[in-house]
Amino acid sequence: MSSDRSQDRQLSSRHLLGLEGMSAEEINYFLDTAETLKEVLDRPIKKVPTLRGVTVVNLFFEASTRTRLSFELAEKRLSADIMNFSKTGSSVSKGETLLDTARNIEAMRIDVVVIRHQSAGAARYLAERLRSVVINAGDGAHEHPTQGLLDLLTLRQKFGDIKGLKVAIIGDVAHSRVAKSNLYGLKALGAEVMVCAPPTLMPRGVDALGVKVCYKVDEAIAWADALNILRLQLERQEAGLLPSLREYAMTFGITLKRLEKARKTPVILHPGPMNRGVEIESAVADSGASVILDQVTNGVAVRMAVLVLLSTPEVMV
Amino acid sequence: MNFRVKAKLADAEGVRRTLTRLAHEIIERNRGLENLALVGMRTRGVHIAQRLRTLIKEIEGGDVPSGVLDVTLYRDDFRLKFRRPQVQVTQIDFDVDEKNIILVDDVIYTGRTVRAAMDALMDLGRAARIQLVVLVDRGHRELPIRADFVGKNVPTSIGEEVRVRMTESDGEDAILLVESDETQEEDRTHVV
Repeated sequence: MSSDRSQDRQLSSRHLLGLEGMSAEEINYFLDTAETLKEVLDRPIKKVPTLRGVTVVNLFFEASTRTRLSFELAEKRLSADIMNFSKTGSSVSKGETLLDTARNIEAMRIDVVVIRHQSAGAARYLAERLRSVVINAGDGAHEHPTQGLLDLLTLRQKFGDIKGLKVAIIGDVAHSRVAKSNLYGLKALGAEVMVCAPPTLMPRGVDALGVKVCYKVDEAIAWADALNILRLQLERQEAGLLPSLREYAMTFGITLKRLEKARKTPVILHPGPMNRGVEIESAVADSGASVILDQVTNGVAVRMAVLVLLSTPEVMV
Repeated sequence: MNFRVKAKLADAEGVRRTLTRLAHEIIERNRGLENLALVGMRTRGVHIAQRLRTLIKEIEGGDVPSGVLDVTLYRDDFRLKFRRPQVQVTQIDFDVDEKNIILVDDVIYTGRTVRAAMDALMDLGRAARIQLVVLVDRGHRELPIRADFVGKNVPTSIGEEVRVRMTESDGEDAILLVESDETQEEDRTHVV
């Protein structure tokens, strides 16, 4: 039935390109919607007709398993029609540009484009040029907003409220889009954020973002309510930023032994895929403190929420 | 939102009497409470379902399960409405299979919300029967749907609107006939 105008919730953009600059209210709108959509995933018939007739293309220029499957599942649960595109076996390998690929796809009357690309800014580039709604599924070292939202949802479920929560982001902060989206989202919701990395993997000027900077993982463990452990991209060692993976594991790897020294065991998040035995010890990943599989479940719900909210027309003011 | 109250169709006492009659009718038509379950449609249908549950308990002495249905994800105007949706959770903790479901809403108008509710219920299981109870039928159906139990039949014009107020959400029990200041187009997307 009719409801009050005051209940109207709005979004600042018709696209989802990143969490930078997003208000707490807007982030909570996504999270609240995701929370209610989780119920659909537990039904005997795990499907609702909401996006019937909406066509979504998943443009994946970079390898991805979890994010691609998660988006695909979210789209299917909402009854959207979907198309999948990956770089290998497409005309990109014949030299087609990103814009031409996208324009061709749009000429097929696509409503929503989900894009994963190795270049920072690729999602914005498309958003400025296409009529379709663009959802960033990770662009280079820039942002991975749906990962940020699902991490926030997982933390909110675990702790009830994110305000005042102490979260440490550990690992390759400099090259991590997950770290950036988390950082923006956590700050917007009033969390305290610490970044912890070896100096070679710490971005310059990070302290200007209002985060604590730390170079010793034991300090981060002692301080934090939750640790978000980033995947160490193995090619960083080849680039000379790390002496060896073994040394990284010894100095920055999260182990049960390290966690046991802390007064209270922090909750463990990891965006996956994990390098067991490098940034995270197997025993930690499988321990009771780990919410890594909750993150995966929440990922589907968050992507459903993003698709539902962005597939409706903008509020006409 | 700006609107002008044209008439008060029922006060708290009137709402109470109507609900009591509806509770009696539901029990009578279903010959008791066996397999009966109430499902309230958000928002005011949920409150009405709770009231009916209490009344049924007073009259018949037995409890019937009740649940909450949010039909946002099933609406046919989902992509037409000029506003962002507020999806709320559906909570039905009993098995829908083989139940006689009493679907509860405050006002029936075009019938599109009820259509969405039936689709939503069918995705949750195979009910033996679905019956519809509404506090007010204001006419103007756009689908071949009718209510099994009607509190009041109120013929309205398109520019008019029926507002059901429930203490739980609005601080009082009342049924109002109002004239909305908003454009007709917007009105319809609101109230469907």
